[in-house]
Amino acid sequence: MSDYPEVYPPCLYDRSVTGRRASTIPALAPGLPAAEDVLPAGTLRSRPAHLPEVSELDLVRHFTNLSRKNWSIDVGAYPLGSCTMKYNPKIHEQAAAMPGFSRLHPWQPAEHAQGALRILWEMERALLEMTGMTRATFQPAAGAAGELTGLLIMRAYHQAQGNDKKVVLIPDSAHGTNPATVTLAGYKAKQIPSDSRGLVDLEAVRKSLDGSVAGLMLTNPNTLGFFESEIKEIAAALHSEGAVLYYDGANLNAILGQVRPGDMGFDIVHINLHKTFTTPHGGGGPGSGPVAVNERLEPFLPAPLPGYDPTTGKYFWDDNRPQSIGRVHGFYGNFAMVVRAYTYVVSLGAQGLHNLSERAVLNANYLRKRIQDEYPTAYPGLCMHEFVVTAKKFKTEHGIRAMDIAKRLIDLNFHPPTVYFPLVVPEAMMVEPTETESKQTLDDLADAFLQIAEEAVANPQLLHEAPVTTPVRRLDEARAVRKLKTRWTPPS
Amino acid sequence: MDYTPHTEADVAQMLEVIGVDRVEDLFEPIPEDLRLNRKLELPEPLSESEVHGLLSSVAADNLAADSLVCFAGGGAYDHYIPACVRACAGRSEFMTSYTPYQPELSQGVLGALFDYQSMICELTGMEMAVSGLYDGAAALNEALRLAASVTKRGKVVVSEAINPNYRHLLDTLGASLDFEFVTAPATDGVTTFGDAAGAACVVVSQTNFFGCLEDVEAAAEVAHAAGALLVVQFDPLAMGLLESPGTLGADVVVGEGQCLGNDLNYGGPYLGIFATHLKHQRRIPGRISGATADVDGKPGFVLTLQTREQHIRRERATSNVCTDQTLMAVTAAVYMGWLGPQGLEELGRSCVGMTHYTADVLSQLPGCRVRFDKPFFREFVLELPAAAAGVVGHLAEEGFLVGPSLEAFEAMDNCALVAVTERRTVDEIDRLAQALRTVLA
Repeated sequence: MSDYPEVYPPCLYDRSVTGRRASTIPALAPGLPAAEDVLPAGTLRSRPAHLPEVSELDLVRHFTNLSRKNWSIDVGAYPLGSCTMKYNPKIHEQAAAMPGFSRLHPWQPAEHAQGALRILWEMERALLEMTGMTRATFQPAAGAAGELTGLLIMRAYHQAQGNDKKVVLIPDSAHGTNPATVTLAGYKAKQIPSDSRGLVDLEAVRKSLDGSVAGLMLTNPNTLGFFESEIKEIAAALHSEGAVLYYDGANLNAILGQVRPGDMGFDIVHINLHKTFTTPHGGGGPGSGPVAVNERLEPFLPAPLPGYDPTTGKYFWDDNRPQSIGRVHGFYGNFAMVVRAYTYVVSLGAQGLHNLSERAVLNANYLRKRIQDEYPTAYPGLCMHEFVVTAKKFKTEHGIRAMDIAKRLIDLNFHPPTVYFPLVVPEAMMVEPTETESKQTLDDLADAFLQIAEEAVANPQLLHEAPVTTPVRRLDEARAVRKLKTRWTPPS
Repeated sequence: MDYTPHTEADVAQMLEVIGVDRVEDLFEPIPEDLRLNRKLELPEPLSESEVHGLLSSVAADNLAADSLVCFAGGGAYDHYIPACVRACAGRSEFMTSYTPYQPELSQGVLGALFDYQSMICELTGMEMAVSGLYDGAAALNEALRLAASVTKRGKVVVSEAINPNYRHLLDTLGASLDFEFVTAPATDGVTTFGDAAGAACVVVSQTNFFGCLEDVEAAAEVAHAAGALLVVQFDPLAMGLLESPGTLGADVVVGEGQCLGNDLNYGGPYLGIFATHLKHQRRIPGRISGATADVDGKPGFVLTLQTREQHIRRERATSNVCTDQTLMAVTAAVYMGWLGPQGLEELGRSCVGMTHYTADVLSQLPGCRVRFDKPFFREFVLELPAAAAGVVGHLAEEGFLVGPSLEAFEAMDNCALVAVTERRTVDEIDRLAQALRTVLA
């Protein structure tokens, strides 16, 4: 494939014509200082920055046409396992765009920001009720930032106890951010195997507890979609060692209003507002990864924390937290995402939050059951909000990989599930339909899966060649690395 | 409203296929004694019109930049956001999509990121840029880790005149990696770098937190003489006028991209800009869109250099970043495209002219002066004859937002930042001066 000519997809620079422009900037009033008069000559640019020169219509067409080449929840189903791609309600956007929120400057004194602090305070109370924790911070900008914040809290707690612990345990089915975060927090990651049920091997956990373990990071339900039913025993084992139990909230959608991490024995919880509380994922971000802790870890939370004085009815920023790990964001976190999540919580209320986990689990089990004859799960049993099938038999019998099935689903007008994760399942396909998809959509998706199973036998070429309906077909990732090109350059 | 589409008949049919009697039976794997078995103590659901009413009233409890004339700075600026930027970046095809791991379905986001990376390279003078990191502070932190990885050193020389919140974040996140921080003083508004012996990098902000222009070339000399990298925290909107950090010797350029078309949002979501030389490509954090071809030779984009990332490299990844700030990067791409080279330069000229006019007018008030006699771009430190925090509060009552006040810095209790964007008018500046005269009287 390296023989193909060096052609590149059109980008905005390719539409550029010298002298064209879209912007209008207020004219500088007569008599005001010119840049040359107040800035030293040596600091000024020798040539203008080479940005594209396009009209407003060129610009709008370029980005509109790009957007049309993108799948999105508003276009169709998006059953990506562990990503919780549920509907992002439009009222959330309207709420976050209200000038009282969107035009609030982060350095404004707390007296100016009483509404914003109320959102943070009440959303914190709601998350504490849902997780069984006692305080939370909204500073972490995404799940992985929440993980790092949580582990730094864990580390500060151990240091305050005089403990010198070096190891954090993670299951072999864990998301990659877990081990990456462990390293950043100055710990060593140690992997715990899954047992024959797809659950964390309790005996392996117990054997690992040699005095060096600072904590265990766990998702529950786990990335295989199973509830860790021995969680109490795991928590007891950890706590008897003085270790801390960390809850990765990637899969919180499954259990909202059913069971709480705090009641399971977790000490630290991060929540992905962009998953469970449906703030839009933006093609990769922004997210928001608040971290909640129980009472003994509260002193170590990042500062400042919102405060509320019931006698005056005023909110304030509490910066007087001497044991705090410090700041983990330039300001207060992705505040506008918290506004969206808050809007979701007040829309759904207690009943709606309870319903959503029931419907998420119902949808996942229904879809699992509909396709199980062709796509068996890696481990037996009821799943929670997602399930992992193995496409191993298609590989051994027909030379069809999970990726081929995924690409054929694209031609049948579905976004594929997550593939090749978790790593412990061969030819893994991780499916999370979410609660906002209808039975009709799930039936269509199941039919597509089953049609592909037939095609794998009757017409495997269809799968190898898929997708054929997309703006581009399978792309050469190796070439992208070998002939690295990550910016526009003038045609040679 | 919980946005679930299930009818009772749907639920009954689905349960029958699954082979259980009740939805509750699906939760059988959860041990009974752990279950909540009560309703969450949260308010009852609201209709959309009630939700809109509630949020409107909470928003009205904020005194936002629409009800005050905004002269506040310190890392977040009230620049105008053109309608076409909101229209393009706000398209739900961008907003409601996931990370582009399936490139055939993600050419839109990947293409927009490629545009973003291309334009950021141009503004920074660097060879490659990554998709948006969390914010300016996070981008700076990643730059320190890259420098430590390149030089195998753990000492960092940081200008005193960087955003103090960023410094707090560096201290928080550097502690677990045993970074040693040395502060280079900025007593007269610009930083004096001694030597950087044994340092992984030297960190300088251009313009700095006080609004002043630093001598980036001198900082580069100090850094490179010691075998350290130069990390420049830059202001993208100053790049229509100022020489790019790359031209002046920067090895890594980071910055806050809020000013590139993103809302103030009480501090987030913002945009962490990160760009560097190609030779550091294996050590950079985050996602990168790269050009390639499909099986038919048709050009397209993919996420590239993925083997650095956490989902592949796990505990040896260059960073743990996964979800980032892609939509803010897309927004910045549209905004930079809207500006073009002429708009970027005119915007810079407008900021400089208006800011210096403001400085002239305000420094004529009794007891007021511009604290540092150094060149500045879009903001400056105003010294007042009284505690700045109080003055900032009183000015708000008069309808003007300035700040932040700088009591966090030694002997600067009487100082506040004043920032002036192209949105401000001469009339607003004159009225600010009148208001300040009243407040100080």
